[in-house]
Amino acid sequence: MIFYVTSLILIGIGLYAIIIKKNLIKIIIGLDLIETGVNLLIVSVGYINNGTAPIFSKGISASMMVDAVPQALTLTSIVIGASELALAAAFVILLYKHYGTLDIRKIRSLKW
Amino acid sequence: MIYFIWFLILLTVVFALLSVHLKDLLAAVILMGASSLVVSMLFLLLQAPDVAMSEASIGAALTMAIYIIVVKKTERREK
Amino acid sequence: MIRSIFYSLFLGLIIAAVLMFLVAFPFGQNKMGVGQYYLDNTVKETGASNVVTAVTLEYRGFDTLGEMTVLFAAATGVSLIFYLSDEEKKKKKRENNRTKANFVVRVGSRIIFPFVILFGIYIILHGHLTPGGGFQGGAVIASGVLMLYLANPDIQIGRNKLLVTEGLAGLTYVLIGLAGLFTPAKSFLANFLPLGTPGFILSAGILLPLYIAVGVKVGSEFSGIIDDLFSTIDENGGEE
Repeated sequence: MIFYVTSLILIGIGLYAIIIKKNLIKIIIGLDLIETGVNLLIVSVGYINNGTAPIFSKGISASMMVDAVPQALTLTSIVIGASELALAAAFVILLYKHYGTLDIRKIRSLKW
Repeated sequence: MIYFIWFLILLTVVFALLSVHLKDLLAAVILMGASSLVVSMLFLLLQAPDVAMSEASIGAALTMAIYIIVVKKTERREK
Repeated sequence: MIRSIFYSLFLGLIIAAVLMFLVAFPFGQNKMGVGQYYLDNTVKETGASNVVTAVTLEYRGFDTLGEMTVLFAAATGVSLIFYLSDEEKKKKKRENNRTKANFVVRVGSRIIFPFVILFGIYIILHGHLTPGGGFQGGAVIASGVLMLYLANPDIQIGRNKLLVTEGLAGLTYVLIGLAGLFTPAKSFLANFLPLGTPGFILSAGILLPLYIAVGVKVGSEFSGIIDDLFSTIDENGGEE
């Protein structure tokens, strides 16, 4: 249960950073925190008490293992998240070159 | 063991809060990577070694390096 | 002020909704659906010891192909923004990097670099037996390239070489999948190679070549992203 609460706290901190902060790098830090929180949530849904990792070796049978499907989904999600954040970083550099600031209140096309 | 888990969770939340709060963007980015590293230990405790390796090598190392490059290219202080 | 109150209410609403949803999934209980089938039949059907690898490449191999497409799109986007030819990159680097790294760092990184690559290859090749695989090994290789770039500013891996490598890796994945159409199973990404004895490195059929293709692709994509971002470092900003 404590893992659920931790991941929800991480998602909450990330949403706060995205909504309240005005700096572009802080907004992307918020995105990364949300991604980490969601990954932790998915993996902890698949956990079983006293289970072992889903890898066969001597003396380990299938009935002792935790669920492998959430782990496989999270594996691809981490790689996709990292590449998306790299693309976002490229956009941040481009915006800074064009406007000379990271403050979204001063970037006209992002005003809201 | 349960105290160790509590300690790791406390560390994760404190790092995440600091990385959102600090005005120094370089420190914020490094704390974001540290938070990812602690979360990878939590993945290991949840019996997911594959995810833990992937999070430690991609989420902590590569993402942090990319963002340090971004901070180097733009500005370091949040005004 | 009103806006932040509104936002915090919105935040609380989202958290409450997720929490209500999670009450249906008690922590630590066995709530497997299709996962139980995968755990019971992985060794018999695929010959891999690592169930996560079997799910990623055998049962959900098509999803992994889509995931590699997303990765390709992101890397292409980054290089679209920062495209420079190799000569221009070298020239820009020479202009920008006036400070040279320490002697120990420069030489030490070149000595360590082959071992980092070897470790990445080890992780890729043992993906179906132990924790690890193409994604993690590719990331290790990319971080080795990152170390080399940090310590030696004048080193430049050709961007075109990386592009050809990642294209060939993606093509290999698709060709192995298409070869499954001409086997008795007659389906995309069917496991047509002999399964072998579980626990040995030459086992699990097509999972090993597929994971090698994924590892090469992930490693070259991330190396390309790092290469593009590094070549655009300017003098201004960042230093106070």
